[in-house]
Amino acid sequence: MPAAAPTTPVPPAAPAPALPPNPDPVLNQPITPALVKKHGLLPDEYAVITRTLGRDPTLTELGIFSVMWSEHCSYKNTRVLLKGFPTEKRGPTEKFGRVLVKAGEENAGIIDVGDGWAIAFKIESHNHPSAIEPFEGAATGVGGIIRDIFTMGARPVLLTNSLRFGELGSPATRRLLRGVVSGIAHYGNCVGVPTVGGDVYFDRSYEGNPLVNALCLGTLRHDQIRRGKATGVGNPVFYVGAATGRDGLGGAAFASKELSAESSADRPAVQKGDPFMEKLLIEACLEMMAVPGLVVGIQDMGAAGLTCSTCETASRGGAGIEIELDRVPQRETGMNSYEIMLSESQERMLVIVQRGREREIEDIFRKWDLHAANIGEVTATGRMVVRQHGIVIADIPAPALTDEAPLYRREGREAPGAAALRAWSPSQLPDLDQRGAQGALLRLLAHPTIASKRWIYRQYDHMVQHGTVVLPGSDAAVVRLRLGERDRFIAISNDCNGRYCYLNPHRGALIAMVECLRNLACAGARALAMTDNLNFGNPYKPENFHQLQECVRGLAEACRHFDLPVVGGNVSLYNESPEGAIDPTPTVSVVGLIEDERHITRQFASAPDQRLVLLGGAPSELGGSQFLGVIHGLKTGDAPAVDLGAEQRLQDLLLAQIAAGRVGAAHDLSEGGLLVAVSEMLFAPDRTFGARLDLAAFGGRLDALLFGESQGRVVLAVREEDLPAVLAAAAAAGTPAAAIGAVTGDATLAVRTARFEAAWPVADLRRGWETSIEEAMRRPGLET
Amino acid sequence: MNVAVLQFPGSNCDQDVFHLFAGGLRLPTRYVWHKETGLGAADLVVIPGGFSYGDYLRCGAIARFSPVMAAVRDFAGAGGLVFGICNGFQILCEAGLLPGALIRNASLEFRCLTSALKVEASTEAFNPRSLGAAVRLPIGHGEGNYRIDEPGLARLEANRQVLLRYVENPNGSLGDIAGIRNESGNVFGMMPHPDRAFERFHPSQDGLAVARAVLAARFPEVLRRTG
Repeated sequence: MPAAAPTTPVPPAAPAPALPPNPDPVLNQPITPALVKKHGLLPDEYAVITRTLGRDPTLTELGIFSVMWSEHCSYKNTRVLLKGFPTEKRGPTEKFGRVLVKAGEENAGIIDVGDGWAIAFKIESHNHPSAIEPFEGAATGVGGIIRDIFTMGARPVLLTNSLRFGELGSPATRRLLRGVVSGIAHYGNCVGVPTVGGDVYFDRSYEGNPLVNALCLGTLRHDQIRRGKATGVGNPVFYVGAATGRDGLGGAAFASKELSAESSADRPAVQKGDPFMEKLLIEACLEMMAVPGLVVGIQDMGAAGLTCSTCETASRGGAGIEIELDRVPQRETGMNSYEIMLSESQERMLVIVQRGREREIEDIFRKWDLHAANIGEVTATGRMVVRQHGIVIADIPAPALTDEAPLYRREGREAPGAAALRAWSPSQLPDLDQRGAQGALLRLLAHPTIASKRWIYRQYDHMVQHGTVVLPGSDAAVVRLRLGERDRFIAISNDCNGRYCYLNPHRGALIAMVECLRNLACAGARALAMTDNLNFGNPYKPENFHQLQECVRGLAEACRHFDLPVVGGNVSLYNESPEGAIDPTPTVSVVGLIEDERHITRQFASAPDQRLVLLGGAPSELGGSQFLGVIHGLKTGDAPAVDLGAEQRLQDLLLAQIAAGRVGAAHDLSEGGLLVAVSEMLFAPDRTFGARLDLAAFGGRLDALLFGESQGRVVLAVREEDLPAVLAAAAAAGTPAAAIGAVTGDATLAVRTARFEAAWPVADLRRGWETSIEEAMRRPGLET
Repeated sequence: MNVAVLQFPGSNCDQDVFHLFAGGLRLPTRYVWHKETGLGAADLVVIPGGFSYGDYLRCGAIARFSPVMAAVRDFAGAGGLVFGICNGFQILCEAGLLPGALIRNASLEFRCLTSALKVEASTEAFNPRSLGAAVRLPIGHGEGNYRIDEPGLARLEANRQVLLRYVENPNGSLGDIAGIRNESGNVFGMMPHPDRAFERFHPSQDGLAVARAVLAARFPEVLRRTG
C-alpha cells in the first residue's frame, strides 16, 4: 500500500532543551521505534512530533500524542471525507432548523426549535469496549454520549441506540445481546433519561464485532449554550466529578506492561460506569451552568480523558492551559503522570470558571457531594503544560494535538467480487408458489431482525420524564419536549441496512437516509437535522476505504438533496473479526419536528374497514432483501434503486395527507417488504386486526412483489370516505398509489395475487413475531 | 393543601411527580432536598421514583438515613399523608413506614410496560367505587417483587391494606401486590407510576384519579374540588 503523506506540513520548531528528568524511572525510558509503534504512531508521525516539539517527547507526551492522533480523537483518516457533509441549512432560515452550533465545533451540534429554544443531539459508538465487555462497554457508551449533551448546557431528555449483532443462534451473540441490553438499561434507567427507540439487526458480518451506537438528545435555551473553550488568562481550571483511576488505560492504545509491571493484570481494559455519579454530575453541572457568568467553558472527559479535554479547550480558546496532576482527585495511590493523563475513568468534567468565583462552584459541588478540584489555570502561551510533583512532564503546543493532527486520504478500491454480486439476477430462482409464500411470511416475521424488539425495549425505562408519546415499536419514537410554557413534539428514527451498504455502499447510504426520513414522515414529522455514526473496517485496506468513501458520498448527497444539515457524529473504524470486516454501517439518525400534536401518526391499524393504500408503486426488486437472506441464504444482488425526487414527493404527499387528517396509520416498507409491513400494521398494541389484500392487478415476480424491498413505498390505513381524496392527492403529486385492500376485524390476513391466494391467522403471525427473540434468549448464552 | 416532593441524590421521577401534582392536579407543589431537616408547610409528602444513592447496597437502604427522613417519620407519626412511588415505595419499606420489602424482579430484568391493575377496596376513597374495578398505570422497575412474611401478609389482607394488584404479575410479587398502605391509612406506597399517566398522550390518565384517591384519605374535599 502506498504510504499516505500528511496533508498538513508542520513547520519545524526551534530546537528546545529536553524536559527535566523525571524521578520516576518508568517515565524516563528512551523513546524507541518499538515504543512508537506500540503507541500506534507511524515513523512519519513521530518525526512530526519531534519537529513540533524541537526535541524528543517524554513518554507521557508520546502517550498524549498517541491518543490525540488516534482515529477516535483526530478523525485523521476520515476528516477529509467528512468535509463533504453540509453543516448548515442552505434554504432560507425558517422558524425551525437553524444550526446554532455546527458539527465539529463542539461536543455536539445544536439546532433551533423556535421560541428561543434549541436541541442538542449526537450519536457515538462504543463498539470495541462492548465486544470485550458487553455490559460495561454499552453502559459507558450511554454515559459518554449523555455527557456530550449536557456539556453543551442541555438537559438530556432522550436516548436511542443502534445495535448490530451476529446471528442469534450463536451462544456468543446471545451473551453479547444480553450484556449490551442490560448495560444500556443499567445506565440509562438509573440516570433517568428514557431510551425511547432504536434499531437492531442480526447478521453474520457482525459476529464477534457487535456495533453499539448510542444517541442522546437534550433541550436548552439559546442563552444556555456552553462551549468547550478555555479563555481568559488566569481563569481557574476545575476538575469535577468522579476521581481518576487506572481504568480505561488498557483500552486507550496498548498494553501498559512497560509502565508498571506489577499491576497490569488488574487493569480492566474497559472503563466502568457509575450512572448514579453521572446523574449527580448532570444535576450539579446544570445547576452550575444556570448561574450567570460563572462558567467560561466546559468539556467532558471522554476518550483520552484529561488529555483531550485540556488540549481541546485550550486549542478552541486560542489559549494555553497549565495543570498540576497532584491536585487531580485520584482513587488509587501511586498513579504516574502517564496513567493520569490517559485514564478514561468515567463521569468526569473539566470546567473553566470565571476567576474570583471559585467559591460558587465549590459550594454547588459540595451540595451534590462531588469533587470540584482547582487543578490549574488558563494561560496565554497556547501550550498545554502538565506538572506532577512540580516537575513539568508535558509541554506541547495545544493546536499540534488537535487542529494540526495529521490528515490522510487513503486509497479506496472496490473489492474484486463486488460488481459480480450486484449483477446477480433472480432468474435462476423459481418464483414463489402459494406454499412458499405461506411459509416465507412466517419465517420472515420471526427473523430477529424483523421480529418485535419487545424483549429489548421492555428492559429500558422508556417512559421516565413522562414525555414519551409514541412508545418503542412504531416507525419512529415521538417525544414531547417541555420548552418553557410550550410543548413541542419531535420524532426520531435510526436507520441503516448494512446488507445494502455491503452490496452497493453509495446506494446503501442513500437508503439509510431516505428510510430514516420516510420513518419520520410516517410519524407526521418533518426532518430537522441528522447525526451519523460511520462504522467501518480497517481504512488501510482499500476495499474498506472504498466503502467508507462511497457511503459518505451517499449520505452527503442525500443531505444536500433534502437540505438537511449534519450536526455531528462519530467514526468507528477497524470493526473487524477474524472473518473480515463488518458490513459497512453508516448509521443515520434524524430528528424531525411535528408541528401539530394532532399530526402524530402511528403504524398501527385502528379500526376494521380502514382501507389500505400502497404509495410508491408495486415493489419489484429482490436484491439485498431479507427474503433472499432468510429464505435462500443469499446476500446478493444490487441494493434497491433510490430516486431522491420521488422520495421527496412521497414524503411531502404523506405529510400533507396527515395534516389534512386523512391518515389513520402509516408504515413504510423496509426489511421483509409489503406483507411484513402490512402484518406489522395489524399488530396493534392492544388488539390484533386482520386484512384482505388484492394484489392480482400487479404482474412480475411475486417474491419481489410480496417480499421485495423497493424503496419509496408506504402503506396507509385511511377511512373509506377519505380514500378518493388520498388517491387524487397522490395522482396530483405524481406518486403512484393503489388501493390494495382493507383492514378487517376477523384476524385473518388474506392475500390474492395474480397466481394464487394465501391466508394466515394473524395470531400465528403475531406469535412468531412477538416471541422470537424472547424464545431465542431463553437458550443459554456463552459463559464468560 | 401543599405538596412536598422529596429529592434524594439519584431521584429521577421528581419532576414527573411535580408535574402530576402541580400541573395535573393544580396543587401548590415544591421540592424538598434530602439534606433538609424539616418539611416546611406540607400536607402531603411524596417520595418519587428513581435510583436514590444509585440503589447501591439495596434499594432505599441508604436514602432512609438522609436527614429529611427523620422529619418524614415524625410527620407520618403525627398522621401526615406520605406517598411513595416506585423507589419511594422501596424507601418507605426500608424506613419501616410500610411493611414488607421489595426485591429483584423474578425475571432478574428491569420491566417497563403499562400494567393493568385491579383496584382493591382499601379506604373510603381508594376503592373500585371511586376508581373503577381496574386502572392502567405504567411500571418501570428492576426491584418490584413485593415480599412479606405470612403473618404480615395475613395482616395486610385482614386490614384491607392492599391498594392495587397486578392483573398480569410482571415481577413475582407475593399476592400480585402492586401497592399498599399502612394500617392507619396515612402512608401509601406503590410500584406503578401515576406520574406517567396523566397527560392526554399517556397510555392512560388514571394517575390523576389514583393520586386523588391517596389525597382523599386525609383531604376528602380534594375529590370534590379537582374531580
